[in-house]
Amino acid sequence: MNTNVVICGIGGQGNILASGLMGSALVEKGYKVSVGETYGASQRGGSVMSHLRVSDERERGVLIPHGQADIVVAFEPVEALRILRVYGNPDTKVIYDTRPAYPLGVLIGEDEYPALEDIAAEIDANCSESYALPATEMAVEAGNAKVANIIMMGALAAMDEMPIEPEEFFMALAQNFKGKVLEMNKEVFMTGYNAIKEGRGK
Amino acid sequence: MTTKNEPGKTYLMQGNEAIVRGALEGGVHFASSYPGSPSSQVLGMLGHIAEQMGFRAEWSTNETTALQSCMGASFANGRSICIVKQNGLLVQSDTIHCGALGGIKGGLVIVSSDDPDSHSSTNEFDSRHMAISANIPLLEPASVQETKDMIPYALDLSEELEQMVLVRVTTRICHGRGGVELGELPEKRPFTPIGEWDRMVGINWLHSFLLEKLERAREAFEVSEFNHYNGKPKAKNLIITGGTGMKYVLDSLEDLGIEDEVGVLSLGTLWPLPEKLITEHLADAEKVLVVEEVDPFLEEHIAAIAGKYKINIEIYGRNDIIPQIGELNPEVVTKALKEFMGIEDEKAPACGGEGCPAAEGLAIPERELTFCAGCPHRASFFILKQALRREGNHGVVMGDIGCYTMAGQRAGQYGYHFMSCMGSGISAAEGLGQLTNYGFDQPVVSLCGDSTFFHTVVPGLINAKMNNANILHIVLDNSATAMTGFQPHPGTGETAMGYETEKISIKALCESIGCPVWEADPFDVEETTQLITDLIRKDGLKVLILLQPCATLAAKTRAKKKVWVDADKCRGDNCGCDRYCSRVWGCPGNIWDFEKDCAAIDEVVCVGCGVCAKICPAKAIQVEGGEE
Ligand SMILES: Cc1ncc(C[n+]2csc(CCOP(=O)(O)OP(=O)(O)O)c2C)c(N)n1
Ligand code: SF4
Ligand code: SF4
Repeated sequence: MNTNVVICGIGGQGNILASGLMGSALVEKGYKVSVGETYGASQRGGSVMSHLRVSDERERGVLIPHGQADIVVAFEPVEALRILRVYGNPDTKVIYDTRPAYPLGVLIGEDEYPALEDIAAEIDANCSESYALPATEMAVEAGNAKVANIIMMGALAAMDEMPIEPEEFFMALAQNFKGKVLEMNKEVFMTGYNAIKEGRGK
Repeated sequence: MTTKNEPGKTYLMQGNEAIVRGALEGGVHFASSYPGSPSSQVLGMLGHIAEQMGFRAEWSTNETTALQSCMGASFANGRSICIVKQNGLLVQSDTIHCGALGGIKGGLVIVSSDDPDSHSSTNEFDSRHMAISANIPLLEPASVQETKDMIPYALDLSEELEQMVLVRVTTRICHGRGGVELGELPEKRPFTPIGEWDRMVGINWLHSFLLEKLERAREAFEVSEFNHYNGKPKAKNLIITGGTGMKYVLDSLEDLGIEDEVGVLSLGTLWPLPEKLITEHLADAEKVLVVEEVDPFLEEHIAAIAGKYKINIEIYGRNDIIPQIGELNPEVVTKALKEFMGIEDEKAPACGGEGCPAAEGLAIPERELTFCAGCPHRASFFILKQALRREGNHGVVMGDIGCYTMAGQRAGQYGYHFMSCMGSGISAAEGLGQLTNYGFDQPVVSLCGDSTFFHTVVPGLINAKMNNANILHIVLDNSATAMTGFQPHPGTGETAMGYETEKISIKALCESIGCPVWEADPFDVEETTQLITDLIRKDGLKVLILLQPCATLAAKTRAKKKVWVDADKCRGDNCGCDRYCSRVWGCPGNIWDFEKDCAAIDEVVCVGCGVCAKICPAKAIQVEGGEE
């Protein structure tokens, strides 16, 4: 068994924490895991991605070859498209947060940000299954925009390709958080998990 | 990062964590560093656990002091580790060469992190050359596990040879994660008193000892478990890898289904090279492909070995079928393997070409780096540009390294003319400014950040003072080493282990050498623009400190003010301002509402600094409680 997941977004969205938690939970379960993280000067608006590679045979190189992602998890719609084009194939599944984050060129008025419907249409045309989740909105509802990454990990864990149960992810969470924050993270993880199981945004 | 003694237990670890764990398992007494990507986080983690684990961890003012401190600790038989990025290793060059000549006592390991493709660097220099130049042993891990294992090994080797050892890592190791099986945590070893006749002196009559130590390292490397062989025995087609090359090659061979047709010799001991081991494999091979990060280091030295032992063989690598610049990745490696093995490429649509989905899809905007919302550097470069405009854009700006380096792009309105290594701005400005005595007539401004000020600007400032420089030097003091992740520096009053220490005042330091100093707030747009204009017009050496904390720090202490746009006042696209706030000012918080055709504020992103309100020509942007 080999599963390749690209988790992408922009600096500051909690990409690295998310991939680290998921990876730790899988190592704890005995899988061979490698994670490659690509970020430049973080926190300053650049694109960020983590490659999570899970195997029951051997630990692979930290980068997923082009066209070999089984799942793309994107914390931003345009990033979903950017990554899908390079790492996706017709069998790839995509989960993406629908809240756009505008690049500098768009703010300045030199570039255009595509319409969300157009982004959704192109994603759908180039993958086998997609889920458009308003994760940031769900996180704000839960009281903290920052936990959108954990919601997205819940969504990822609900995919059939991921050999992980919520309780196993919670153990990784418990190594990083305590008390109320831990409870809140578990709760929002389940909102993401259930959303996918219920087919929301599909 | 775990500090538990659980030999045999496996954790997912980042390469940087593995360096920390390796240092613990190697029983270090002393650790020091100046931050630099991709290894910036290492010493912070060490500082966090140093108290509990009974060792000393320090942030140093620069890499030279960091290494020299380690040498001191080594004199009493203490074990030490010094963590730097590739530029930092170059800063240490003299110390490494002289230190290697003198030798060391307690194990001393330098970990140098290279950044192939310069993900967060200005260059992709290859640290490995330093080992040859200074005659010290060099190791490079192929995985996160090996990174952890190599540190205690390097400490042992260093002690055995009485020589410092260099471990080279790269971004994909530092920022990558993999499973790491823990080893034992040792008992702390006591120090050895330094006797009256004990010496650590770097002097040329030790040159032969230096070379003899290297030969002993070579013998150890011939049988090292950090060199592996996979695939077909006695292969005619041999691949030799260094560092990250191994995993990419093994993955690609499997993808291509040719893992049984070639042999893969992965080297972890890179200098001196294990010649016997290499010649044994070369003897069976007809051709060799060398897969390594950045320079053709192994490739050229393996060619030299083949020449020396008269082995007639074809050698490929960075000099031909692998690009000479940029990092390794599955695509580069697969392409090289196909070419090496003569495998035809199926006609995959070229990226962006005909048949490529991207070519027919939506145009998607690039994400260019910019200053954070509320960043003081955005304001500083805005006002500097304004002041220079008043001088007919006649001035020359000599930049330096930090978050403000981004000002060379749109984020800072292409705000400087010169940028090189840390600390170079002021001295380059000094030299240029001196020409004003000989007919050059442009005002010269240099810049540096507060961490950079302490790192290497101080000697440049003293040089400027001594030579009566004619420059304005601006310190962009954001109270942080922001670029690399907020490590303490001499002006912040903290240390790596969390103790307080007396802050060193940049102003007092400048004044103590007789520089006139001004202080101003870059958020006071008008006043500070006027001040810079006045200072540019003044002759001599002037220092201006622009004080305003980094937005990321400010967000932790400052209450966020609400900011919004009064749609009636906003001139929109039509009338005059041409979207001044988003187009020229360009804070990510200043967005455009296309429906209302009017400026807007992204409330999630805006930190409420209020500066955009000051620069809006129509005074359309409103700040809670009014403008200060
Ligand atoms: C010799 C060397 N060491 C370390 C680095 C990594 N580095 C780049 S910028 C920087 C610090 C910048 O801090 P500061 O000057 O305060 O500017 P800020 O990022 O806070 O704006 C460091 C450590 C480097 N580029 N060169
Ligand atoms: S981290 Fe601080 S100094 Fe760097 S761009 Fe952001 S606000 Fe500016
Ligand atoms: S007040 Fe204006 S300049 Fe400051 S962070 Fe908000 S949008 Fe940016």
